[in-house]
Amino acid sequence: MPVVDGVELPETPLLDELEKGPWPSFVKEIKRAAVESEKAMKAGKKIKLPGAAKGLLKVLELSYKDKRTHWKHGGIVAVYGYGGGVIGRYCDLEDKIPEVWHFHTMRINMPAGWFYSTKALRAICDAWEKWGSGLTNLHGSTGDIILLGTRTEHLQPMANALAYLDKLYGSPAPFDIGGSGSDLRTPSACMGPALCEFACYDTLEACYQFTIRYQDELHRPMWPYKFKIKCSGCPNDCVASKARSDFAIIGTWKDEIQIDQEAVKEYAKAGVDIEKQVVKKCPTGAISWDGNELKIDNKNCIRCMHCINVLPKALKPGKERGATILIGGKAPFVDGAIIGWVAVPFIPADELIDKCCEILEAIWDWWDENGKFRERVGELIWRVGMSEFLKVIGQKADVRMVYAPRNNPFIFWRELQD
Amino acid sequence: MVAQKVEKEPEEELEPKTDFGPPHYSIMLHPIIKNNYGKWKYHEVVRPGVIKRVAESGDVLYVVRFGSPRLLSVYTIRDICDIADKYSDGYLRFTSRNNVEFFLTDPDKIEPLIQEVQEKLGFPCGGTWDATKGEYGLTNIVHTQGWVHCHTPATDASGIVKAVMDELYDYFTDHKLPALCRISLACCANMCGAVHASDIAMVGVHRKVPKIDDDAVRRTCEIPSTVAACPTGALKPDMKRKTVILDKDKCMYCGNCYTMCPGMPIFDPENDGVAILVAGKLSDARYPPQLSKVVVPWLPNNPPRWPEVVQTVKKILETWATHAEKYERIAEWIHRIGWERFFELTGLEFTEKLIEDYHRTPYLYTTFRTSAAFRW
Ligand code: HEM
Ligand code: HEM
Ligand code: HEM
Ligand code: HEM
Ligand code: SF4
Ligand code: SF4
Ligand code: SF4
Ligand code: SF4
Repeated sequence: MPVVDGVELPETPLLDELEKGPWPSFVKEIKRAAVESEKAMKAGKKIKLPGAAKGLLKVLELSYKDKRTHWKHGGIVAVYGYGGGVIGRYCDLEDKIPEVWHFHTMRINMPAGWFYSTKALRAICDAWEKWGSGLTNLHGSTGDIILLGTRTEHLQPMANALAYLDKLYGSPAPFDIGGSGSDLRTPSACMGPALCEFACYDTLEACYQFTIRYQDELHRPMWPYKFKIKCSGCPNDCVASKARSDFAIIGTWKDEIQIDQEAVKEYAKAGVDIEKQVVKKCPTGAISWDGNELKIDNKNCIRCMHCINVLPKALKPGKERGATILIGGKAPFVDGAIIGWVAVPFIPADELIDKCCEILEAIWDWWDENGKFRERVGELIWRVGMSEFLKVIGQKADVRMVYAPRNNPFIFWRELQD
Repeated sequence: MVAQKVEKEPEEELEPKTDFGPPHYSIMLHPIIKNNYGKWKYHEVVRPGVIKRVAESGDVLYVVRFGSPRLLSVYTIRDICDIADKYSDGYLRFTSRNNVEFFLTDPDKIEPLIQEVQEKLGFPCGGTWDATKGEYGLTNIVHTQGWVHCHTPATDASGIVKAVMDELYDYFTDHKLPALCRISLACCANMCGAVHASDIAMVGVHRKVPKIDDDAVRRTCEIPSTVAACPTGALKPDMKRKTVILDKDKCMYCGNCYTMCPGMPIFDPENDGVAILVAGKLSDARYPPQLSKVVVPWLPNNPPRWPEVVQTVKKILETWATHAEKYERIAEWIHRIGWERFFELTGLEFTEKLIEDYHRTPYLYTTFRTSAAFRW
């Protein structure tokens, strides 16, 4: 058995191959947790789940050998007052590797934009070293802080540690559990106005407001299936909201792109080929450049961001800002993968949060009543039709909702029938 | 078991608290970010991994980005915090693709920071791009849990990601690509990672229906809830034999039944594997968002380093990088050269597994505008 710093580790010849190479290694992380938690325990620290990381090494080495998972689902686990946020996970080797027989995940709601002070992160580390495996994912695909692996009886103490993280561990604020199951999943946002000059609305505040207003929906699964909200400050969509959320809020503008002609000339002087890199790449041919002045035909511009991306000092989104809402984005399960499509072409930035809440609540009532088990809202819209959905959210059909009108004239004129 | 005196921890005595929500982001912001919130003027790429952000006030912040393995021990997170305390006034940020960023005010600290992170953590500086020059780096691979923590994976996640990034390391630390390229991995077709709009996606695929172990079903499963879990109606109860019957033609290998019932495992070491999809994109820049398309239906699981998957991804990436024009993402490049040329250049085989799409997505969907790009 290999011994590191006086700690015995299991033989893991296959996993050891993944310690080689220049990219940071997750195997090193698991080994580090195994070694350091044992050392910390020997030094007198309280660690309630000794050997968890070592156990994970053993299970994972077996999976690498057997080419299959050794985890199974089974049994609902939860913390007080909540129906989601914890994912029950058990090892199918049961008593052979008792350290990880239970190995539940806890999802913790991250701060909007994934900004942290070290005080907050250290506090989470101290609590999780004590009550769990000491292993995390920063972050899960939805955006939560993922705490990877603890036993059923430690779930509530860990939830309490987080709820009193300020008092017990010196964090600047407590942390709450995130979403899982058929509920509102933890909303996420791009860094927006915190760092990015392209942001057309306050993504962090919007994300925070949705999260706070809908704590009940987030913590108590009661819907047909999951529902995700993601906030991107501009059409670059850095949080992939179009594909990864049922309700994507994408910053955009309505008026003219702001141009600083001097800055354009400086870019040209510095070697940017404005004709080739900007004019020719505009999808609508809306830009012209005579070596002296850059002109944009804003009637033709589709706000794709390309020219602004290339010339960030010279071009800016317009001043009449707001967001487009796309509805229905989701992964393949059940009816195939889709990207969200336009539900509301434009909401001005200063009305955005309240208007979104109004629409969200209308959608949830409708979906809750009409959705089948495991039917995402996009799939329900396919089943009953987009025109029904538009009534629910109080929108009129708009040509901006489609690439093109329909092909077939078999239109149902229901309102004319007796 | 030796009886121990039970001493309660404070966490075990406190009243549970609910519904107070996450910390407000404002207390997590570096002072320069807080002071210039919503007032950033422009950015400039200093070198791969380092973006200089200039505010209207004249304040300057250097944001320095490093790749991480996503799976982090609390001990490494503490090291990251030590570095943030030393260089970044006690603040830091994670990105949506599992990178970590520090905020510097003094440009002279950039090189020492990069060195210290490399020595203490082994995390590479990079993952950025310079749109002005049209030179792009590869960013981190988003991925799911795999054999580390999920019960339905058809492949591992972290291991393949590590093997691929080892091979593509120089693309992360440098700006050598003609356009953005997002690589993603989901360990089964449920796609928790929602990788279906990535330039290159690796997706774990099961190819055989669950194996029903009647004995185990009787012992461990509730039949009605198992049957109800199947989204395609492939399962029927067999009340007489107290088990379930599976219609092989209806099954989409999703593993939902296994979630409910440990008696019908979906995994299959020899038949599980990895499909490769390409040409998805999400930003509206130049070309509308696109779903990824399947170009390799199956590659074997070959742990610990999945050489077939790594080489296929590398081949696709490098063929594109050599042939694409500036700003042409994979979707745009294939749009210009055609799929016939794509298969010719990459040497991938076109088979009947790549045609006849999954039939459940309705036609009406294809008319909807999947983009925020339109005229006013
Ligand atoms: C029937 C379909 C699905 C099943 C049975 C399923 C099951 C699971 C399970 C068991 C996990 C936990 C893995 C663990 O930590 O132990 C998980 C994680 C997750 N699921 Fe799903 N899932 C399904 C579909 C989806 C879809 C369609 C999405 C997204 C659109 C999604 C998003 C997520 C995310 C974001 C995570 C966290 C994964 C990570 O970051 O590693 N899931 N899912
Ligand atoms: C101010 C900072 C940022 C700027 C100016 C910026 C700019 C951009 C641009 C220009 C694009 C589209 C590029 C193109 O298609 O040519 C883009 C896409 C993207 N950015 Fe950012 N970005 C920023 C920060 C980030 C951050 C911090 C992340 C998270 C790690 C991120 C994630 C993404 C992703 C995932 C996409 C691709 C969406 C897709 O799949 O198409 N960006 N960003
Ligand atoms: C900026 C947007 C676009 C531009 C500038 C553009 C330009 C072109 C051009 C010049 C051709 C003729 C190529 C040839 O046959 O030599 C073409 C063909 C085609 N385009 Fe596009 N296109 C755009 C967007 C799209 C989109 C979004 C789609 C599909 C969703 C699309 C689908 C096609 C198809 C199917 C062909 C026929 C290809 C063939 O016959 O092999 N295009 N496009
Ligand atoms: C010579 C051939 C073509 C040219 C020059 C061309 C050009 C363009 C241009 C300039 C755009 C961006 C304009 C806009 O979105 O308003 C565009 C968008 C698009 N094109 Fe084409 N295109 C061609 C062929 C096709 C074909 C054959 C298809 C479909 C089979 C197609 C589908 C689309 C779609 C879906 C969009 C996105 C529309 C939108 O975002 O509003 N294009 N094309
Ligand atoms: S989505 Fe737009 S506003 Fe948000 S970080 Fe990306 S580029 Fe900036
Ligand atoms: S934002 Fe896009 S469509 Fe509009 S002018 Fe710039 S490149 Fe052209
Ligand atoms: S993608 Fe599939 S296997 Fe991977 S974590 Fe999600 S449900 Fe599990
Ligand atoms: S794997 Fe999915 S589709 Fe197949 S029987 Fe099970 S639940 Fe039904």
